[in-house]
Amino acid sequence: MKKANIGDWVQIHQVVLQPEQRAQNLPDDTKKVPLELWVKGFVIKDAAIGEEITIKTMSGRFVSGKLVEINPRYIHDFGDCVPELNKIDAQLREIMEGEL
Amino acid sequence: MIDKSYNAIMSRKNEIMKKSIGIDYSTFELGGIAFDYEKMMKEAGYTLQEIQEIQNRVSVGNTPLIELRNLTKLARKYAPRGYGARIFIKDEACNPSGSFKARRAATACYHAKKLGYKGVIAATSGNYGAAVASQAAINGLKCIIVQECYDSRKIGQPEILEKQRACEAYGAEVVQLTVGPELFYTFLLLLEETGFFNASLYTPFGIAGVETLGYELALQCKEKTGKFPETVLVTHAGGGNVTGTARGLIKAGAKDTKVVGASVDLSGLHMASDTDFNRKSFTTGHTGFGIPFATWPDRSDVPRNAARPLRYLNDYLLVKQGEVFYITEALANLEGLERGPAGNTSLTAAFALSQQMKEDEIIVVQETEYTGAGKHPLAQLSFAKSNGIDIIFGNPDDELPGKNIILPNDPSYIKLRNYDLKKAKLSYLKNCVSSYNLTEITKAEIEFLAAEVKEDVDFVKSFVIERNIKMVD
Repeated sequence: MKKANIGDWVQIHQVVLQPEQRAQNLPDDTKKVPLELWVKGFVIKDAAIGEEITIKTMSGRFVSGKLVEINPRYIHDFGDCVPELNKIDAQLREIMEGEL
Repeated sequence: MIDKSYNAIMSRKNEIMKKSIGIDYSTFELGGIAFDYEKMMKEAGYTLQEIQEIQNRVSVGNTPLIELRNLTKLARKYAPRGYGARIFIKDEACNPSGSFKARRAATACYHAKKLGYKGVIAATSGNYGAAVASQAAINGLKCIIVQECYDSRKIGQPEILEKQRACEAYGAEVVQLTVGPELFYTFLLLLEETGFFNASLYTPFGIAGVETLGYELALQCKEKTGKFPETVLVTHAGGGNVTGTARGLIKAGAKDTKVVGASVDLSGLHMASDTDFNRKSFTTGHTGFGIPFATWPDRSDVPRNAARPLRYLNDYLLVKQGEVFYITEALANLEGLERGPAGNTSLTAAFALSQQMKEDEIIVVQETEYTGAGKHPLAQLSFAKSNGIDIIFGNPDDELPGKNIILPNDPSYIKLRNYDLKKAKLSYLKNCVSSYNLTEITKAEIEFLAAEVKEDVDFVKSFVIERNIKMVD
């Protein structure tokens, strides 16, 4: 089991509202699922993934929740090649050939 | 022990709001529907000169106005002879956090610091989060950004994940939630817990922060071309961009300049739906915000929203997702500017509108935004494909939000679509009737409503008469 040491940068998870506690007038798909929350901070004592822990966030708050990630990486990127965009680029160059 | 349940927090909403924003909105109320909008903007906001000083101190504003000569040439290829207005763009991506939102954040953070708050909180999944985090950093304030980011599978919108990264880069705490309007509950909880300032997008000083944008572009355009622009195109979502820009234009003396809004057409997608959430490729600048905020501005996180777009819009244009991606490619390939894509919504509308305006007329597109991992056509179209959205070439008029994105076959397929503002105005009036259970109306309220929808009092009177609402003194 992966362990976080005191002072490590981690992400925790909370369920804010269970489906039955959620607001009225939600679409059916949203009504069926809980409202969940994630936040990052420094863990205040050693803990394993899945344990209930407390972190100190960058704004100085102490927040409790389930430890889900240690040193979480950013997963967004520039995506895959989208060949349609290359076609657009070539088309624009062709239309404006000799005029730029 | 304070009760922090959903119902308890929501019932303390007004009290929490008042404490976190430092404005007593009741002083602007005129009774019933009406409130004194200009008094609120004057007393709770700042003068244009004060805003300029606040923004100058933190290097916000004074962004370049660039003529897009090549894009104009392209537009003229599809326009009748003598048509094809010159297109200029205000390169707002040059602001410290990469978008015009720095202007709003600069004033909000300045104000928070002046009032002695230790930190700021904003509920936003967009560029405003990065802007508040950046301005909080320079002002030495703590900062929490609350985002609606994930669906119930914890799949995050790439554009919003990038905003999380940017906020964290500026040292902010980012609280991320799954889809749902109860984000407001978490937001209120945080305001109560921390005592921080509510850096709402919709305060008088937030909106006044955008006035410099309209003011600058009017003067820059006059300096470069000898005249004010005929039309300014504004990407419209919550209404602050339209309102602030229009007020700035008026303050610069550009009273004849038309203010035209543009949004991406996402009709058919439900904004609070867990499954629809990741089936859209634009997280802002779309009709899912643009129409509800225009037709009921006071739905926002302050008692009286300072962003009131129907007061200022001359026209409202809709564009399709596929068209915006095409124009984003054109901006990079023909002008050497890699920006957007969401910020290119109004540029897309400008490309089509230019073809209906004379060659010697001028359109200013009033913003660009930064681009990067996550918020980039490649990232967003890859994400769309992975969510089962078809990416095809064709006629964007056939685009079905949530099902496909139709890239125009060629630039001639990028078209003007007018949204009937009368419809929005009537919808606003209907919302007033139902929210206030209106059975009678005073002369002052009629005058207020006429200003709210930029029409004469007869427009409001005929609406009132049709609904058998009694006019009283």
